[in-house]
Amino acid sequence: MSFRIALLQTNPRLGDLQTNLEDHLVRIDRAVDGGAELVCFPELSLTGYFLKDQVDELAQTLDAPLFEPLLERSHSTSIVVGFVERSPSNRLYNSLAFIERGEILGVHRKVHLVSYGMFDETRDFGAGERFRIIESRLGRFGPLICEDLWHTPSAYLHFLNDADYLLVTSASPARGVQAPGPGLASQHTWDTLLEATAILYRTWVFYVGRVGWEDGIGFGGSSAIYDPYGVKQAQCEGFEPATLETAIDPSVLRRARVETPLRRDEKPWILAGELERSLRSIRDDSSTPKKVR
Amino acid sequence: MSELDIQPELVTELLVSFLREEVSSAGLERAVVGLSGGIDSAVSAALCVRAFGPENVLLCLLPYRLSNPKSESDARLVSGQLGSETRRIDISRMADGYLGQQKVRDPLRAGNVLARCRMIVLYDLSVEWRGLVVGTSNKTEILLGYSTQWGDSAHAVNPLGDLYKHQVYQLAHHLELPLEVIQKAPSADLFEGQTDEDELGFSYEDADRVLVRMIEGRRREDELVLDGFDRNLVQQIAKRVVGNQFKRLPPVIAKLHRRSIQHDFRYLRDWRK
Repeated sequence: MSFRIALLQTNPRLGDLQTNLEDHLVRIDRAVDGGAELVCFPELSLTGYFLKDQVDELAQTLDAPLFEPLLERSHSTSIVVGFVERSPSNRLYNSLAFIERGEILGVHRKVHLVSYGMFDETRDFGAGERFRIIESRLGRFGPLICEDLWHTPSAYLHFLNDADYLLVTSASPARGVQAPGPGLASQHTWDTLLEATAILYRTWVFYVGRVGWEDGIGFGGSSAIYDPYGVKQAQCEGFEPATLETAIDPSVLRRARVETPLRRDEKPWILAGELERSLRSIRDDSSTPKKVR
Repeated sequence: MSELDIQPELVTELLVSFLREEVSSAGLERAVVGLSGGIDSAVSAALCVRAFGPENVLLCLLPYRLSNPKSESDARLVSGQLGSETRRIDISRMADGYLGQQKVRDPLRAGNVLARCRMIVLYDLSVEWRGLVVGTSNKTEILLGYSTQWGDSAHAVNPLGDLYKHQVYQLAHHLELPLEVIQKAPSADLFEGQTDEDELGFSYEDADRVLVRMIEGRRREDELVLDGFDRNLVQQIAKRVVGNQFKRLPPVIAKLHRRSIQHDFRYLRDWRK
């Protein structure tokens, strides 16, 4: 079944749930008018990114009233939003919710939190511990949040579980302006990763980033759609909020997988055996002090 | 091409977007910039004009009686080209009121007083103009600590703070600023005949090449010497970078309570309620 997707590259207002929710609703309604059957927002789209002590103040349980207008609209389109999730035991996660036909169909908690360089996510968030396919009316979606994609097993697990579509949400800082370019070094890296992922796993890859600035850190946008051959179908340019709409033709998936049946020929049992062996003999990182005679 | 070269068009696009958003997150849409006649403030002002339009930028010429007249005429070249409202406020009486009374002779102290007088004027005018004070310090000078704390280093947002001096030159050419301003020797003009490079004891070109490897490339002293740099130069620069860290950070607060400002009361400046 072919469908129209809209990637909504937004600029969330830091810590302002109400304004961000209203912005989501306006954009969803507009996308639905344009025929969108799936709308996707970036990582932490309802809250903004560098939240620090605001993480706890903004966290939502899955039954929070905040979701009501989104649940309502999810009868007209499937919706993916980013938010801070509060678990029943008060753990806080950097999560995305896949909302469809009046229910939260699936939640992905970011597994690979980033805590290096300018990032400090493990201080504020708990880490997710699983990669699960979300079975939507539109197909099988493998959700990933930003750094998840930088760890190859994440997309691989979705591939093993026959994801048709990898959905990568992100709030990736824009950096690397050195010549000759063209463009940001950070974006070049993302483009390469996304393209390679689509090629290696023969899936559609939907990447939705955000724009805007938080205390001098700019976000790179560049939301993009790759087909299962790794061909970029569309991409947002510039650093402004934007909507990327495309019709997805699933027959491309069939053709790509018959031509190059990578999943069929994958041998995960070899990986399982080798992994077991490696884990038994995994290199220990301890140092040996020099002996003084 | 130099390892310091940037993509000026991309950087301009980013900095214009940065200025608009960071100024608007303070609830404002106007800027105040002090124009010294030098390249840094010219670039900063030109970026503000691109971001907010010439009518929303206030350019301030803040001469002292001993300032080189060329500084003011160069600043006027820039302001004329940018087309923003320009005000000249002579800080001589303000500065001499203190310098004379205290009999300050040390040029370093006097220079700091001048820089802080200018800060007072800019911050006062920012209230009248309903705009933010936009900074003009580049990364090279911030790393070397070549600035007056609470003087020229005081501002609300700074578009140049992650650009080495060489990159400011590139932007100046891209923004088509007057060659007169681009080509002259950089000077704080805090006393007669002063140039940055004489005072620092090395050229900006050398400083940039060492710093970009030291900071972005994480090269250590021995590695920089292997790269061909003079050990003495590397040590001098490293000493300045370390010794001036205090200028780059807010004042130190002693932690006493459960949640202390700067320690574990953690919110961005862009925090909104």
